[in-house]
Order: sequence, then structure tokens, then C-alpha cells
Amino acid sequence: MSMKTPLARVRGLGSARSGVSHYWVQRLTAVALVPLTLWFIAGLYNHIGDDYAAMRAWLAQPVSAILMTLFVLAGVVHMRLGMQVVFEDYVHKETVKLIHFIANTCFAVGLGVAAVFAILKISLGS
Amino acid sequence: MVELSLPKNSKVRAGKDWPAPAGASRVRTLKVYRWSPDDDKNPHMDSYDIDLDSCGPMVLDALIKIKNDIDPTLAFRRSCREGVCGSCAMNIDGRNTLACTKGMDEINGVIEIFPLPHTEVVKDLVPDLTNFYAQYASIEPWLHTDTPEPEKEWKQSEEDRALLDGLYECILCASCSTSCPSYWWNGDRYLGPASLLQAYRWLVDSRDEAAGDRLDNLEDPFRLYRCHTIMNCANTCPKGLNPAQAIASIKRMMVERSI
Repeated sequence: MSMKTPLARVRGLGSARSGVSHYWVQRLTAVALVPLTLWFIAGLYNHIGDDYAAMRAWLAQPVSAILMTLFVLAGVVHMRLGMQVVFEDYVHKETVKLIHFIANTCFAVGLGVAAVFAILKISLGS
Repeated sequence: MVELSLPKNSKVRAGKDWPAPAGASRVRTLKVYRWSPDDDKNPHMDSYDIDLDSCGPMVLDALIKIKNDIDPTLAFRRSCREGVCGSCAMNIDGRNTLACTKGMDEINGVIEIFPLPHTEVVKDLVPDLTNFYAQYASIEPWLHTDTPEPEKEWKQSEEDRALLDGLYECILCASCSTSCPSYWWNGDRYLGPASLLQAYRWLVDSRDEAAGDRLDNLEDPFRLYRCHTIMNCANTCPKGLNPAQAIASIKRMMVERSI
């Protein structure tokens, strides 16, 4: 049993002095993802029935490649931030939470790098 | 702290029935959560039939009637009986509110009453609000100034005073904080809607000189950013205030000072 006062418990280790950039970037990527997702869906829709070569040719165009890269990057950044919030809300064991945070970051970075690598490979030629 | 089912010794069972007195014509049934630290019994719902002809119209009137005339062992907090002290906040008919301002005629059927959700219970309808009050103290709810005190009062224009409307009315009844899922899961670190509304009340007070320090102390993934605008706080506030809006304003201030 701890004899700490309630105020000492509430103050804990103090404020983290962070959180505003997490909040801001999450909203920024959310806004960016609205047009990017519409472009992505429209792009897929316009190429229904296309063969592999036509798809590659579309993705190899500079505009497609740039927008696709932005879509992927905004997506994985937003995903990582969003998942972190879920873990903060629901995972309460500190060690388990830490493992979740690390896995979350590794997954988002890995996915983002792999996707960007694929886009570059297609657009810059194999 | 996420608990989807209650531990065995917290399962709520059926309790005692207290029938209405003979000859009562207008009978209303209240089911009230009972738990005492003095025995090992599980919590249970006692059912009280009361005669409306000898009872006031509010839920608090019924509880006082029960305590005075039927079962003196029932424990609950109450004081002003007119919605300004915040003592009698409890969960009535599935909603956190003040028993003194909730009319029994606003509720259909049996009136179910529980203590404020996800709080430790001291006894019956009395929740332990120690942490809640400590959180309020942690936002330092008083005027912070460095300028030497003026001879008379700190002056405030009418427009600046108007910024406190919708904030100063908060009576700290804890209805909002205990209705908030973020507060249920992280109440030890998240300050909750009540304390954050109060924090905003001091942030926008034109006489206060410590807005920066106040924001520093709030800028934290848990203290402030657990709010996901679920809006239970605004829905349940018995004073009709909007803590979610106050929290959104704090978040806006945070962005404002950093970009």
C-alpha cells in the first residue's frame, strides 16, 4: 500500500510536455488522406479490367507515382498515430504497452518503406 | 483498467423488497444499488415501493423518504436539494445526473439508481471522489498573477467576463467525468472533463497571468489527449454545460501556441 497523497498520485511524474504534435499530425494526415483516398479509388476504378502492363504504366507516370507515395506515407503515419492512441487507451501494463508501441512503429515504418520501394521500382524502372 | 465484466464479488444480485404501505394509491418503485463495506455480501438491488401521495416529486425526495420512513441504512450524499452543490450526483435511469433536479415523472417505469459509474463505492450510492478532487486541485483552480496586486480589485471587462459563461456554472458533481469511457479506462492519468473544463475556465480568465504554465501542465498524451470527443460529458451534464467544447478549446490553444 502506498501512503502517497492523492495529489502526489495525480501529479505523478508530471506532464509529458508533448502530445500537441501527435494531435496536429494526426489531423493533418486525416485531411490529406481525403483527396488522396479519392484519387486512389478513382485511379483503381479507371483501370478496372486493365492488364498488368497497363497498371504498371499508369503507376510509372510521375504524377501517379508521387500521389501514390503521398497516399502511402500519409496512410502509414496516420495509422501509426491512430493505433498508438488505441494502445494508450486500452493497454495498461507498461511493459506490454511498450512492446505494442515498438511493434506499431516497426510495422508502420516497414510497410511504408516497402510500399515506397515498390513505387520507386515501378516508376524508375526495374 | 479495462474491465468488461465485473469481478465475482461485485456482481449485482437481487435484494430485499420493501412493499408499499397498505392503502397507498399512487405507488412508484425504486430499485437502489446497495453495498456495504461492513459485510461480505455482494452488491444488491433493493426494491422500494413508495407512496407518491406522501413524497415530493424529485428522485432525491424519494431517497430521503426511503431513508426517513422505510430503511434508515441507505447511504447517499445530499445537501442543497436545488442543483447547486453537486452532492447528490448518481446514475438514475441509466444516466448520471443530480437526484435533486431529476423529477420522477421524467422516468418511465421502475426507477433504477446506481452510484456514479466506475467509481469505488464507499457505501450504497456514495462514491469515493478522492482522485477526482485531487485532479481538480492539480489544475490549481485559483488566480495566478505576477503583477503586484492592485489596490482594489483585478479589473475585467464585461466581454472578458462573458468568456467565463458556460464554465463558471460547473458545480463539480462528477457526473461528466464518471460518464466518460476515457475516464473509466484511464482515470488515474486522464484529468477528465470536469477538471479540464475548470482548467479552461482559468485559461480564459482575462485576469490570470499563467496561461502558458497551465498549458504546459496539460500538454500530455494522458492528462488532456485522452479526450476523443465521445460527448458523454455534454450529454449528461445536469447543468447543461459542454465540457467537450472546453477541452476542444484547450486543444486549439495547444496548436495555436506551437504553430
